[in-house]
Amino acid sequence: MIEALFVGFGAAALVSALLVILHRNPVTSALFLVVAFCSLAGIYLLLHAEFVGMVQVIVYAGAIMVLFLFVIMYLNLGQDREGGAATVLRRMIGWLVGALVAVQAALLFAGHWAMGPVSGAPETGLGNTQALGQTLYTRYLFPFEITSLVLLVAMVGAIVISKGRGSRPAPGASAPAERPPRLEPGDRAAPPDGASS
Amino acid sequence: MILLKIVAIVLPILLMVAYLTYWERKLIGWMHIRLGPNRVGPLGLLQPIADVGKLFLKEEFMPAEANVIIFQLAPMLAVVPALVTFSVVPFGPGPATITDINVGLLLFLAMSSLGVYAITLAGWSSNNKYALLGGLRSSAQMVSYELAMGLSTIGVLIMAGSLSLTDIVHAQRAVPFVVYQPVAFIVFVITALAETNRAPFDLPEAEAELVAGFHTEYSSMKFGLFFLGEFMNVISISCVAVTLFLGGWSGPGPATLGILWFMLKLGALLFFFIWVRWTYPRLRYDQLMNLGWKVLLPLALANIVVTALVIYWRIHA
Amino acid sequence: MIPPGGPLIVSALLFTIGVVGVLVRRNAIVIFMSVELMLNAGNLAFISFAYALHSLDGQVVVFFVMAVAAAEVAVGLAIIVNLFRLRESVFVDEINLLKG
Repeated sequence: MIEALFVGFGAAALVSALLVILHRNPVTSALFLVVAFCSLAGIYLLLHAEFVGMVQVIVYAGAIMVLFLFVIMYLNLGQDREGGAATVLRRMIGWLVGALVAVQAALLFAGHWAMGPVSGAPETGLGNTQALGQTLYTRYLFPFEITSLVLLVAMVGAIVISKGRGSRPAPGASAPAERPPRLEPGDRAAPPDGASS
Repeated sequence: MILLKIVAIVLPILLMVAYLTYWERKLIGWMHIRLGPNRVGPLGLLQPIADVGKLFLKEEFMPAEANVIIFQLAPMLAVVPALVTFSVVPFGPGPATITDINVGLLLFLAMSSLGVYAITLAGWSSNNKYALLGGLRSSAQMVSYELAMGLSTIGVLIMAGSLSLTDIVHAQRAVPFVVYQPVAFIVFVITALAETNRAPFDLPEAEAELVAGFHTEYSSMKFGLFFLGEFMNVISISCVAVTLFLGGWSGPGPATLGILWFMLKLGALLFFFIWVRWTYPRLRYDQLMNLGWKVLLPLALANIVVTALVIYWRIHA
Repeated sequence: MIPPGGPLIVSALLFTIGVVGVLVRRNAIVIFMSVELMLNAGNLAFISFAYALHSLDGQVVVFFVMAVAAAEVAVGLAIIVNLFRLRESVFVDEINLLKG
């Protein structure tokens, strides 16, 4: 039963990952990536990593991919239009490199050093979440705190980058460009001025 | 055996969803000093059946340039995550739960994260600028409020010591957690209103805003699925709120009365949801995002810190 | 019981698909998605070794990788949005000049 589930989830992950890179439309690629992430979460559940599996759905499938979809819809990207001889050559080289990586992985597995006989799940007597929490907050406390700093920097960075040049003067403007005044109800609509941001 | 449990729990839930629409219209009727539906059947009790019949018989539209597969997928995505949440909610002691996984709370948060896709995809696949704007707004709103919702449940997690919903109910046999975590309860209920796109947070889908928001182009049963999916979401989040904060199925008397207590608490919370919808005016979008990020998120964080400090002090003092 | 090399084979194939995606596609966002695929392949390898070696260290590393991946996606997409504003295109073939 568990093997069948694993084969099913694994096949779903691989097929949807393949469709991610093959589809023209970025939205469809993003949706197949969501399917791939959910299949991976299923595999994590089978490997007794329940907390990580659920967090995979919450973070990857539920937040990161929503952000991807948001950006794709915001930028209003249509289908990718590509063609020409250079494209075909580039694609052939890409698939060749991919085949090389796959062959390398196959050689690694044939070397019998990858996995020995395994005997089961981490047995600690505690639940998976509790054991994970204990390990995280004792042995890995410093990386945990640093990760919070990383997330803070990423948040600030994303906001600063996407704000653009809102407060700096536009190049070529005689006076510092200011933002158009807020319209109060009752004002006539201000004519658009030519100042660029 | 488990199939029997699934049928025994999911079918009444579906009936409850249909009759929640009837109950909402009756209740708001009484609040507006008028009768709600009372024509179809005795006391209007067959109204939901008439509604579903009407929805089935309407013409199905497909907008011209819409992405057909995603257009038809989106309403299904609205319903499925809410249904999956019901699989971990303990409706009563012992066998009245479909299953009890040890990360039940995280499953609920995961399903509410997946519920964002329905609205986003519906808005995008309709090939309609109003629907797209409504869909994007709504997905931004849901993602923002998911944070505060998840953080408000951490106080409960600290006190119960387990992510499993059955363990959380067992930890509330004496006193429900709403007594110890009032702030978290308030934050959870407000974020639940925002997560389910109910008023006063229903700007993305209200009829008078942006045409009809993300479900502008949907008709007939696809719209019906969105509609029912929203109510199913309301019921599933209310079930989780009852489990986390109001004590689940615990109550005075023998444990076999558990389901009755659960239903009573669920009914009270649903009444509150309906009440709020028709009491408060709609929040403007920037006010809505302000509330989620600048008020509820810091409140939920402060609640975690205070809970952790109190528990630490009680253990080590 | 899950066959011992099973998850590792899936991880290797996923990584390969991610590599091919980065090399073949020209849409910056799809390239980014392929990078996420590679990260997830690494995560799967970590989890399968944690399962085999009875240790939780693999799961802890996956936890950190997820947090860092989330941060990276936020900043990366902000950069892509900014690039789009400048160049009106997300195709990396057309964004090949540093000036501007």
